[in-house]
Amino acid sequence: MADDIKTLSSQLAQDPDSLVFLRLGELLRQKRQLDAALRVALTGLERHPHLADAHDLYARILADKRDYERAFDEWDMTLRIAPDHVGALKGLAFLYFKVGDVQQAAAHLDAAQRAAPDDPGITQALAMAREGATPRAPEAPATAPGPESRVPSPEPLSDARVFAGLEGAQEGLLLLDAAGRVLGGALKDPHGRDVTDAVAAYLAGVSQEATRTAKLLGLGGWSGLAAEGRLGHVHLTPPTSNALLLVVRDRAVPMGRLAIVAQRAAVAARRWLEQQR
Amino acid sequence: MTSAPAGYGRTLDLVTRVRGVRGAMLVSGDDGLVVAEHLMEGIKGPAVAALAASLANRLRRAMEAAGVGASVFWHLQAEQGALLVVPATSGILVVAVAEPDVNVGLVRLELLRAAEAVG
Repeated sequence: MADDIKTLSSQLAQDPDSLVFLRLGELLRQKRQLDAALRVALTGLERHPHLADAHDLYARILADKRDYERAFDEWDMTLRIAPDHVGALKGLAFLYFKVGDVQQAAAHLDAAQRAAPDDPGITQALAMAREGATPRAPEAPATAPGPESRVPSPEPLSDARVFAGLEGAQEGLLLLDAAGRVLGGALKDPHGRDVTDAVAAYLAGVSQEATRTAKLLGLGGWSGLAAEGRLGHVHLTPPTSNALLLVVRDRAVPMGRLAIVAQRAAVAARRWLEQQR
Repeated sequence: MTSAPAGYGRTLDLVTRVRGVRGAMLVSGDDGLVVAEHLMEGIKGPAVAALAASLANRLRRAMEAAGVGASVFWHLQAEQGALLVVPATSGILVVAVAEPDVNVGLVRLELLRAAEAVG
């Protein structure tokens, strides 16, 4: 494998526009040289921004690095370019399963099976998903050498982990009830200190006040409160009428992206709350 | 629209000129009282001011506890409109009430300018 990497690196150096970066990136990913794989994938993407396989490769590396949120975006982008891309369909199925959305996971595996009916891996993953077991993480495309995926084995959604699989579940996502009691998630400040309880205490009653303010202004129900801080951004959402979801990120994360993160977390929170009934 | 005290009138006028803004207010962040207002008829200024100030205070404390610093701008999104707020250095809140399809970026800029003018 090391020789292959050397050979492919040499080929890429001679012809930087070559698509050989796809195989090189995948080999590096399999060798757990994830930073090197990421550089190769990003350089390839700069030269081939509309190549679905390049986005798929980048997504697999991100998933290996447990950056599931960005992996989701990249697989989503892959499907926008190539709606039947099997790797992306399998990747998204894997991520949906990780957050407990078996229905969406099965729908993506169904679509993957329609696109690649002879792929035994998809049939197996579909059966496992329907039985409630965790399907394997997405593999490299058949053209790439080495079938072994290094994506960490995901755990099924635990009742105790409302945001399982979502980025920032233990330091930037918090689910509270109407009285400010913590239902799930956790929050850490930029120094790594746990500030969950302090923040929760200040947010008690915010949902009711937001509701009253919107009602008084004749604005209907409130859907979110986005706030820009000097060092970071926060987004509050009511996943249900009796709960409040807080997402916190540093200033590098644009507000629009934060809203998307909040939407995904709200879906997970709503599902978790329904399971608790 | 109701009028604002002299000095603040032009500041609020620049905010309300943005298409989709239904009104603007200056609110004392400490006690939630209206300092000046330029609102459409039918909007209950004093009540909105009190709630906006209360929300702003809770949010400020929560954000400081979370380590993201003081709030520069916040935006309550609702089905049929939005409330947009910028706290000025003096503690006064510059508040805008807007339609749902308002250009949030543009309102934010005008609110920041107004906050600077208010000091």
